[in-house]
Amino acid sequence: MTTTERTLAPEDWERVHQSADFARLRRKLRSFVFPMTGLFLAWYLLYVLLADYAPEFMSTEVLGHVNVGLLFGLGQFVSTFVITGLYVRHANKHLDPVADKLRDELEEVAAK
Amino acid sequence: MSAELFLAQDTLEGNNPVLNMAIFGLFVAVTLVIVLRASRSTRTASDYYAAGRAFSGPQNGIAISGDYLSAASFLGIAGAIAVYGYDGFLYSIGFLVAWLVALLLVAELLRNTGKFTLGDVLAFRMQQRPVRAAAATSTLAVSFFYLLAQMAGAGILVALLLGITSDAGQALVISIVGVVMIIYVLVGGMKGTTWVQIIKAVLLIAGAAVMTFWVLAQHGFNLSDVLGASADRNGDAVLHPGAKYGATELSKIDFISLSLALVLGTAGLPHVLMRFYTVPTARDARRSVVWAIALIGLFYLFTLVLGYGAGALVGADAISSAPGGENAAAPMLAQALGGPVLLGIIAAIAFATILAVVAGLTITASASFAHDIYANVIKKGEVDSKESEVRVARITAVVIGALAIVGGILAREQNVAFLVALAFAVAASANLPTIVYSLFWRRFNTRGALFSIYGGLIVTITLIVFSPAVSGKVKVDPETGEEVSASMLPLGVDFSWFPLENPGLVSIPVSFFLGWLGTMLSKEHDSEKFAEMEVRALTGAGAEKATQH
Repeated sequence: MTTTERTLAPEDWERVHQSADFARLRRKLRSFVFPMTGLFLAWYLLYVLLADYAPEFMSTEVLGHVNVGLLFGLGQFVSTFVITGLYVRHANKHLDPVADKLRDELEEVAAK
Repeated sequence: MSAELFLAQDTLEGNNPVLNMAIFGLFVAVTLVIVLRASRSTRTASDYYAAGRAFSGPQNGIAISGDYLSAASFLGIAGAIAVYGYDGFLYSIGFLVAWLVALLLVAELLRNTGKFTLGDVLAFRMQQRPVRAAAATSTLAVSFFYLLAQMAGAGILVALLLGITSDAGQALVISIVGVVMIIYVLVGGMKGTTWVQIIKAVLLIAGAAVMTFWVLAQHGFNLSDVLGASADRNGDAVLHPGAKYGATELSKIDFISLSLALVLGTAGLPHVLMRFYTVPTARDARRSVVWAIALIGLFYLFTLVLGYGAGALVGADAISSAPGGENAAAPMLAQALGGPVLLGIIAAIAFATILAVVAGLTITASASFAHDIYANVIKKGEVDSKESEVRVARITAVVIGALAIVGGILAREQNVAFLVALAFAVAASANLPTIVYSLFWRRFNTRGALFSIYGGLIVTITLIVFSPAVSGKVKVDPETGEEVSASMLPLGVDFSWFPLENPGLVSIPVSFFLGWLGTMLSKEHDSEKFAEMEVRALTGAGAEKATQH
């Protein structure tokens, strides 16, 4: 158990919860993860539906035996890697600094 | 056909079971030494459940891929691609994309709010006892379904790779695998188990990489040529979507349902969630997922080449008619490429895979029982000492291990492939909606959590029981032309009324709806606790740190 566990009162949590910094942190998190989740789920479902209901289109050969379906599938790998990279960059730049600041504040309160 | 059939049996009988067992024995010996060393620093509950939170992000990321890449995904997906071609590939994409849900919505927030189990997070701002009991119920259900599927897979591998066909011999090997697994969990706790996952993941990915390189080298490092070689041997259909799921309108809808459960289920699998507690901070949890996504993505790219490579070099017919069916594709490919030695290595890796995944499931289930049910529901959070909680966890691990051995022996010849889909469907229906609501929805409350967990669990299991996966599905045996059962239950038993084998399409929306409905039917709301939970989740304040030894 860390010391913060016992010494922080509900008012402390409440105060941070109401702060402008926390509102900004929450907004920065949600405004990234919600649309991104919607986007990759839609992109994935599009892929599943095309494989299911447009097999002729997906079977069109593009390069040798590599067809549209395979490229779409590899595209899912690429998009997953890209979104991962984008999120890490977003978190490093916009989330971690604010989160660190608020956590340090709370831990200072707890140490008093 | 008959010549190929003969060949298939010949090649697999031509493998060297003694060599396979020796290589696997070496893996067990090395991992046991490491587990014993890890046990020296396992003292507290945090050590036993969460490895003292001392693993680094990359280490945990490798362990996550070790936990996640089960024998089903290694042997099953390579085999599905070899036999059905493109449709096998569809599976692996769902398994990978699912990690974005874990990365964006779950991993870091869960690490910051919980200690050891899913129940810690779900019960944070709710009434402890009912919500923890519900979380433990669904954790135990998912772990047990998954565990049974893995142990049944072990039975298939025994026949395939060790050449043991007698009932007693297979039961003995399954028991040995189970006992070794129990020792890992009992002695090494989470730390020992994590090292087993790490070693296994490295071996699995390295083995797949070597085979992929080999296949590509034989085809001039041209993916198109690998595809072409498989299409030449097995027909163009392997390159097109639809070989497995495109048959009827119903099978197409079934596929959508499966895809949904795969993509939403991963972030609700308790043994995956528990791994996020083994790192010191949320930032390390994020790095774990990044590593896991990279390794799992790479591995599934390998299986694409391995599957088509097996189709090209071994042939879909030979694979289908081999003992173990599709699961034989990767071992047969290893045999074709590198002879008995490579086959021995791949066979040992397949066993190591089952061992590691089963150990991960067992420690998760035992932690959930000891921490949620024993310490918080039975003892009402007033456990006299953390040692008694860990003792209960250890006893539970032995009981679960014993159940897994018995279940594995009984399920050996059953068609239990649906169990993995069931585990994912329950995780996506009972767990994920509840996790997402708890983390992001201010109004969510105890009744909402109970509705979505129990509702999701009951709806999913009911739909599976009355689905064609359990009864009433008939297929024609291509060899004899006779009708045989394609369900778990034998021919002639049919009480199915739900047309889909994968319930996700219905059960996931129903669970989200039930979570909302339950919440609206209760006035309870703890805004103080919600404020605390949200601040903890987003900032990591007050989260447990790594313990120093």
